[in-house]
Amino acid sequence: MTAMLLDLLRAARGAGVKISVAESLDAFRAAEVVGYNDRQTLRDTLTLSLAKTLEDKRAFEACFDLFFQRDTVTTGEDPETTSAPRPQAGEPGDHDGLSPLSSMVLNNDQAGLAAAMEGAADAIGASNISLFTQTNMFAWRMLEQMGLPELDRDIANLRGEANDEATAERLEQARAALGAQARTFMERQLTLFSAGTTREIREGALRNVRLSQLDRRDMDRMRALVREMAKQIATRYSRKRWKARRGHLDTRRTLRKNMSFDSIPFHTIWKRTRIDKPTVMALCDVSGSVAAVSRFLLMFLYSLTDALAGIRSFAYSNHLIEVSDILARREIDDAIDEVMKVVGFGSSDYGRCFADFAEIAMRDIDRQTTVIILGDARGNRNEPRLDLVKQIFERASRVIWLNPEPESLWGTGDSDILRYESFCHEVKSCGTLVQLERIIAEMMQAAQ
Amino acid sequence: MDTQFSDQIPTIESVEAGLARTGYIPSRSISTALFLAMRLGKPILAEGPAGVGKTELAKATAEFLGLPLVRMQCYDGLDESKALYEWKYGKQLLYTQILKEKVSEVLSKDDSMDAALERLHEFDDIFFSPRFLEPRPLLKALQEPRGAVLLIDEIDKADEEFEAFLLEILSDHQVTIPEIGTITAKVPPIVLLTSNNTRDLGDAMKRRCLHLHIGYPDAKLEERIIDSRIPGIEISLRKQLVSFVQQLRGLDLRKLPSVSETIDWARAILLLNATRLDTEVVQDTLNLLLKFEGDMTIGGRAVGEMTLKARREAGIET
Repeated sequence: MTAMLLDLLRAARGAGVKISVAESLDAFRAAEVVGYNDRQTLRDTLTLSLAKTLEDKRAFEACFDLFFQRDTVTTGEDPETTSAPRPQAGEPGDHDGLSPLSSMVLNNDQAGLAAAMEGAADAIGASNISLFTQTNMFAWRMLEQMGLPELDRDIANLRGEANDEATAERLEQARAALGAQARTFMERQLTLFSAGTTREIREGALRNVRLSQLDRRDMDRMRALVREMAKQIATRYSRKRWKARRGHLDTRRTLRKNMSFDSIPFHTIWKRTRIDKPTVMALCDVSGSVAAVSRFLLMFLYSLTDALAGIRSFAYSNHLIEVSDILARREIDDAIDEVMKVVGFGSSDYGRCFADFAEIAMRDIDRQTTVIILGDARGNRNEPRLDLVKQIFERASRVIWLNPEPESLWGTGDSDILRYESFCHEVKSCGTLVQLERIIAEMMQAAQ
Repeated sequence: MDTQFSDQIPTIESVEAGLARTGYIPSRSISTALFLAMRLGKPILAEGPAGVGKTELAKATAEFLGLPLVRMQCYDGLDESKALYEWKYGKQLLYTQILKEKVSEVLSKDDSMDAALERLHEFDDIFFSPRFLEPRPLLKALQEPRGAVLLIDEIDKADEEFEAFLLEILSDHQVTIPEIGTITAKVPPIVLLTSNNTRDLGDAMKRRCLHLHIGYPDAKLEERIIDSRIPGIEISLRKQLVSFVQQLRGLDLRKLPSVSETIDWARAILLLNATRLDTEVVQDTLNLLLKFEGDMTIGGRAVGEMTLKARREAGIET
């Protein structure tokens, strides 16, 4: 039982459930208390002691079900058709001198075959499978362990000396069926035990891939990654809203607190500073390749709502509109599509966009506001309206310009980024998820 | 491990039956969690939306085991002196005033300062003895002679420091008071922590607990709950109510109605003497289920259709 539970734990870790050593010890004790007889109870018990978030619970339960899922091992024969034409097949006396596997097959001993398969899987260490290319090799080894060579010899013997073509044919059929089942078994082992490794490799790569070159099929995974990263940032910054200023006595509150001691200050209370949550205004370019990055920036910001006092988002290409409402009402992906429809793929005109922005929101920018501008600053040689950016710069707490282009391209062609740079607190290149995360974490830090 | 409950609750089924007797209908995983908590002496961390019966579970457990319930509500700024113990400063001051003469009388026999100090030392801890100790919920729970059910409500509202402070109590069932020493529970309390998930709890905390997620019940369980809370209700009406609420949970609402709202609503419907759901009754009482303006608009739009479906599911011709 211990070995089985350990395998299950390993599979669960692979599925992304975080399990510490102490927790696995607890799980063992808990399992001992409830016993192993009832699968549903065991499942509840292990879920209670191992998985500590809702997502973990779902992952663990899926893993548990997969782990204990067993197909019945069959011999590839339809039981109804076999019994009629070969009534003697069920009698063990017929198959003297055959290997155990062959007799099991001929007797249609499903339980025996299943047990043999489990035993073989254990013996060859099937849970060590880690790559999908290993499936066939492991399946073959498992069959070998079960006694496939002997079965082959039996077939040869039956065909040769015993001249029992019918039985040989049945064995041959069973051999093929067993092969297929062994492969299915190993494929399941692969999903159970290798999920962790492959996922880690894939996600590691995704964090560093350029967002504009992202494959469509990776979107879901990216979305999960963003949510996870944002959650980390949010928990770090959403709580501490007060910072003690050591050294400044808060006389009023100290006196109150110590009234019970005749106002002798046993307990001193220090003045605290309230830490303001930042208000963020995000201006996102939604044209062409920049749109991909905008999408992730918005996803990030909207996953951070807890840690922010407010977010207003604006989308622009050749003119600018506020999209906060659209984003609040819908899923990010739908929203982005709708925004695209409205703002469209016009050629960028930064000057006009800043003018629009100034009209909508300039008066709302104050010392708590962080303005994030996302764009490549390629304004098609239109007037860049530096004066407006300067005005934003003077009013806001911080202005951060995120440019999806690599730094080597800044200032080339119609890029105005170097001119805007003097009116930004920070200009950063933000091609990948990791860069984006770092920038947002820094922004939260600076606001503290 | 812990054998104190072995006789009272030999199996998971007995927990289920025991809770049901107090009017709390648990799901299978709730009773498994409680069973394990009692057997292993581990705290339960119950998470889930508001109103699904997290706090109620503690009350029901206390009632079923016949133990006192000690409840501690967490909030931002909660500290040891409010959660664990405090010295009765007033009483201490009062006593020093009253005993002033006595003290000078005792000390008057000594001539030298040293001797007086020495004598004072003999009474050293008189003012820092259990007599002047005001036990707060945590200490109270440890001191209960027969054990207790300790409910630490909304742990996510307290700050991280307090969470760390709880660890000693949760794992060793003991607390340390500098002036007196370590106080260990004679009978470890059954601890239930609840959280509404406004923030992620620390891993250290989660590791020590059995993590129980209580979600919205399925229709069958919810019917049983309604039946146990409002015994007189007609089966067909109950079916309609539950079906309606279950449908409501499928909508895209800001705050989904939970069990406690279903119960309130069922009571209201009974008070209105309605025997079956119709659009009018539902519209009038919808504010018991939905707590936000926006939700009311969304819910209100679907009322007609959902009422029809609820009636159909309860087998009433429309």
